[in-house]
Amino acid sequence: MRRVNPVYPFRRPAELARGHGTAPLVVVGAGVVGLTLALDLARHGIASVVLDDDDTVSVGSRAICWSKRTLEIYDRLGLGQRLLDKGVTWKVGKVFFGDRLAYEFDLLPEPGHRMPAFVNLQQYYLEEWLVEACTASGLVDLRWKNRVEEVTPRADGVELRVVTPEGDYRLDAGWLLACDGARSTVREALGLPFLGKVFRDRFLIADVLIEGFAMPAERRFWFDPPFHPGQSVLLHKQPDSMWRIDFQLGAEADPEAEKDPARVAGRIRAMLGPEVPFELEWVSVYTFRCRRLERFRHGRIFFVGDSAHQVSPFGARGGNGGVQDADNLVWKLAAVLQGRAPESLLDSYEAERIPAADENILHSTRATDFITPRTEAGRAYRDAVLLLAKDHAFARRMVNAGRLSTPHSYRESPLSTPDEEAWAGGPPPGAPAIDAPLEDGSFLLQRLGGEPVLLVFGATSPTLPGVRSLSAPAEGLAAERWDARPGTTYLLRPDQHVAARFREPDPGRIAAALERLWGRARGEGTLR
Amino acid sequence: MSAAEARPAPHDPDALFVRLVRAHRDLSPEESRRLDAALVLLLAEALGDPVRLEAAIAAARAALGKPVEPPEELRE
Repeated sequence: MRRVNPVYPFRRPAELARGHGTAPLVVVGAGVVGLTLALDLARHGIASVVLDDDDTVSVGSRAICWSKRTLEIYDRLGLGQRLLDKGVTWKVGKVFFGDRLAYEFDLLPEPGHRMPAFVNLQQYYLEEWLVEACTASGLVDLRWKNRVEEVTPRADGVELRVVTPEGDYRLDAGWLLACDGARSTVREALGLPFLGKVFRDRFLIADVLIEGFAMPAERRFWFDPPFHPGQSVLLHKQPDSMWRIDFQLGAEADPEAEKDPARVAGRIRAMLGPEVPFELEWVSVYTFRCRRLERFRHGRIFFVGDSAHQVSPFGARGGNGGVQDADNLVWKLAAVLQGRAPESLLDSYEAERIPAADENILHSTRATDFITPRTEAGRAYRDAVLLLAKDHAFARRMVNAGRLSTPHSYRESPLSTPDEEAWAGGPPPGAPAIDAPLEDGSFLLQRLGGEPVLLVFGATSPTLPGVRSLSAPAEGLAAERWDARPGTTYLLRPDQHVAARFREPDPGRIAAALERLWGRARGEGTLR
Repeated sequence: MSAAEARPAPHDPDALFVRLVRAHRDLSPEESRRLDAALVLLLAEALGDPVRLEAAIAAARAALGKPVEPPEELRE
């Protein structure tokens, strides 16, 4: 089997005739993040122009581990079931040291959630589906082979020079969403530096077709295995009998020589044994960085996903972090563009997503330091932890082969109303909603949608303008997970994070929290 | 049980020194490093006190004539 990527046609933009045009909202980069933004904006009734310098989806599997929160976001956008049907669901991770199991974890030990801990799916599938959904929405003007060459910020928009196979044109964008990845043209045009750390170790990444490979759907990580001594190896199962293998190569490896298929095949044969037939589908050698821009908003320009921040692949925090950026930004942008919220609401994007990026970078950096120790002492401590892990719980907790992506809780968000009552559990303000099964067989998160919702447990909710209400029983799994009693009321944001919570549905306090959610809070002690 | 009874007997300084060195006797330099690392991890866990651990790290670095904090790592 050889995968053939779709080729999307270049269509001559109307602007080429006059040389220029305008668009209220332009997305640069039709990768997972750009397409997710465009689709979510379309779901809010907002049209966008998406510019991409290529004419296809990702080559190779790239981001493959889609986390529970990301799956919940795609469920809201209508792609959740497709991800579940096609993807490989997993939740168990195993860590080996040498030829011995050192540590095992279960990322979602409890039932009663619509979405699993993780689904593995090649990035190209997700991008293909996003392209289909964007096209079907009728609100996304996808322009392949349209490369952004110049970016000039203006007070009320951004002027772009776009190059196509049939000529150039000027596009005056009202707002610009830069989703053009780690080598962002928009970032370069603005001369914005990254802050953070660069790692020297090279890694080999391969998509390997292995028919009938009897290996469970779990994440396997080896430190110093007999088949690849002194280095680490990561194995993931993907759909279509495709396996993803990452080999650590060290800092001195020659990237060109390492891509030689015969050499790669030798490494894989050493791992699988001589009797297992396989076929190489895609091979790449990479290094990585853990870093971010200082600010994610520059006037009318927003940086979303890899253009704003980059992490190592250990932890699946790159793709998931980018999708969660998009989830955070879209409802705010939609509200501002539709005149439902003040422009200042948009500042909360970086107020919330910079701490999220920092959390991802911290975990990613720590995992990388553990996986690729740079000193003899670092290696000795790493190996000692792995040796102690078998018999000592404290050491098991130190084994860091990647702390897998969890959603960020916006603790310090200016949009949150702090708790005034006592809570023994449940999601605090800023945290994402927690799923639970409902009596009719549906799941709580499926009932939330993409607008503010008042979730009231075991009581009648007050009727308030601008917020839909949803009642849930005051007993059962949902009530338990939300620390609910009769009257307990949560105000949820359109991105399904908690804005505020109350023990009684007090209309005055709810109305104030709703104002704050939309960035309209006034007076002292509000917008920080 | 009184505080005095709960406290274990103090180390015999000479015996402690000999015991630590002896634990390495049949080890290669690499194994020795691992053993020390494992010992530090176990002792840090037994100590259960981040403040006292920080003080110990500072004291050990000071003994080597090094500042408490090493210089910043590579930044781009």
